[in-house]
Amino acid sequence: MDILVYGIINSVTLSLLSLGFTLVYSISRLPNFAHGALYITTGYFIWQFLNALGLNYPLSILVGIALTAFIGAMMYRLILIRIRGMEISEIIATYAIGLAIIEGLRWGGLRGSTFTLPSFASGSRVILGVSVDDQRLLVVVVGFAVFALLYFFVHLTRNGLALRGIAQDERAAMMLGIDSDRMAIVAFAIGSSLAGLSAALILPLGNIVVEAGYNVLVFSVAVSVIGGLGSWPGAIIASFIIGFAQILTEKFLSSHFQMVIALLAIIITLLIKPSGILGRQKELEERV
Amino acid sequence: MEVRRKERIDRGIKVRSEGIYCVSSPKEMLYVAGPRLLLIAGLLLLPLVLEMAPYWKRVVNIMCVYGLLAISFDFLANVVGLVCLGGAMFIGVGGYMTAIFNVYLHCPVFLAIPLAGLSGALICTVLLLPCLALRGVYFAIVTLMYPLLFTRIIEALNILGGTNGITGLDSFPNPYLENYVIIVLLLIFLFGLRRLMDEDIGLVLRGVKDNDQSVRASGINVAHLKALAVFITSFIGCLGGAYLAHLYMWAGLSLFALDFSIIPIAAVTIGGGGSMMGAVIGTFILVPLSEFLRFFGTFRIVIYCLILTGFIVFRSEGLLTYFARKYDQFERWAKI
Repeated sequence: MDILVYGIINSVTLSLLSLGFTLVYSISRLPNFAHGALYITTGYFIWQFLNALGLNYPLSILVGIALTAFIGAMMYRLILIRIRGMEISEIIATYAIGLAIIEGLRWGGLRGSTFTLPSFASGSRVILGVSVDDQRLLVVVVGFAVFALLYFFVHLTRNGLALRGIAQDERAAMMLGIDSDRMAIVAFAIGSSLAGLSAALILPLGNIVVEAGYNVLVFSVAVSVIGGLGSWPGAIIASFIIGFAQILTEKFLSSHFQMVIALLAIIITLLIKPSGILGRQKELEERV
Repeated sequence: MEVRRKERIDRGIKVRSEGIYCVSSPKEMLYVAGPRLLLIAGLLLLPLVLEMAPYWKRVVNIMCVYGLLAISFDFLANVVGLVCLGGAMFIGVGGYMTAIFNVYLHCPVFLAIPLAGLSGALICTVLLLPCLALRGVYFAIVTLMYPLLFTRIIEALNILGGTNGITGLDSFPNPYLENYVIIVLLLIFLFGLRRLMDEDIGLVLRGVKDNDQSVRASGINVAHLKALAVFITSFIGCLGGAYLAHLYMWAGLSLFALDFSIIPIAAVTIGGGGSMMGAVIGTFILVPLSEFLRFFGTFRIVIYCLILTGFIVFRSEGLLTYFARKYDQFERWAKI
């Protein structure tokens, strides 16, 4: 039973982590290798606001996420916009920015176990015979709320529809007067704030360590490759697969193998169905 | 207001020395061969010049290892179109393979290094095979993950010496051999790859980057070609890694360090991609720089990344292309 409960929690966590990456990729076709860096930056910001500036907790979370969204948007507006379309440069630039942020934070003293965020909810309760602490439950609740919000955003609002239009067919969307660059900025802002939100939710469960930046990147990339690069429902399904696989490996093998599982899943996906679980008919485009 | 534009015209000597005509006089021959000879002679003399500074001789060795990685990254990215974000994988696999051959199987150094190169290249190619039949970012994603993965596996299973690594590798018989092995390797592969690009196969490989559908339409298997290119580059990388392991007399987890992934990328971007020569020049700038910045620790990676991003955005042609233009052409302002 605990496999089921913790599996669901882990899966929702993963899909929160990977949703930002998938969203950015689906809209601007840019693999944002700085995703993990943005995640860890938010944690650092929140910690700084909380401890160095002495803001109260909800406010510092809000400001932290907003700042991360701004960084993401500026990353596109100032750097990536100039190299759009040059595939090699895009990959290298996002990777370099991500590394710069992560290693900069490491140099700036973000190491050891001194950096912790307080959790919002300290109690725990018993669900299906398994005791779960409230913070983890909160992750699941907020996770589902975010899915729902995102669904309504992209189906009902003007900006959301524009985002979907760009994701489906960039040229046709541009002919209808949707500015592709503006939408990419919006996508980067939303993707980064999703990374930030997941950081605010998940980091209180442990210490803030820079290595988490790499792990988050690896797992979010794995999830979105398996779900089909750029497919949001696919990413959610894939995160349930990976999430349960992780919990099972942790139970029967050891937690060191989680990354092995992620990579194995990617390779199996690439061998069997490269476009992923819900990749939309891109197989012809992607296979050589 | 007078409107002017910059006009670039090839120098006479450049035009005169194109193709077979370059053998017409010593001046033309020197014009063509000069820069190349300067590089070769400079590299070969470097250990002798640095005789008084053994520390910097070691830096030269490491610089050449990075040079090997950089030319292999350049070949893979700018010729074949596959972006490899994990050069550390080649170094690590090569280093561990040579440790296995040398320590466990007692091969002598000069047998262990080539064996490690071949077997490591085979391992890397097989591991990367699933993403070769695909376009897009998959290769970058998978190569990004492998170095992290190897580290985790070695830690988790506690194989190959675990976190302590494998110690007791043989060193090179004398310091000159230590220098010249890697310098000669770098020169061989640098000019070898440039030669390869001018051969038929090089043309087809460039075709893979520019338009893989037309390569496929010509009845050539793109995945096979990519596998060949990955084999060549991982062979070069693994040789570098094997050399490094013998230089340190140790193969450990730090062979999978991030530096081996990011410095070659930065070097290629700074030097200018596509010609291999730019990659080497980039390493010759970056690696000594990183020695001066040793004080900063991991902050060095931040510096590389910032330089790299700056070059990609503002000077994407790189230094070599810039200087080659100055060498081959003169510029003047002309009225429109």
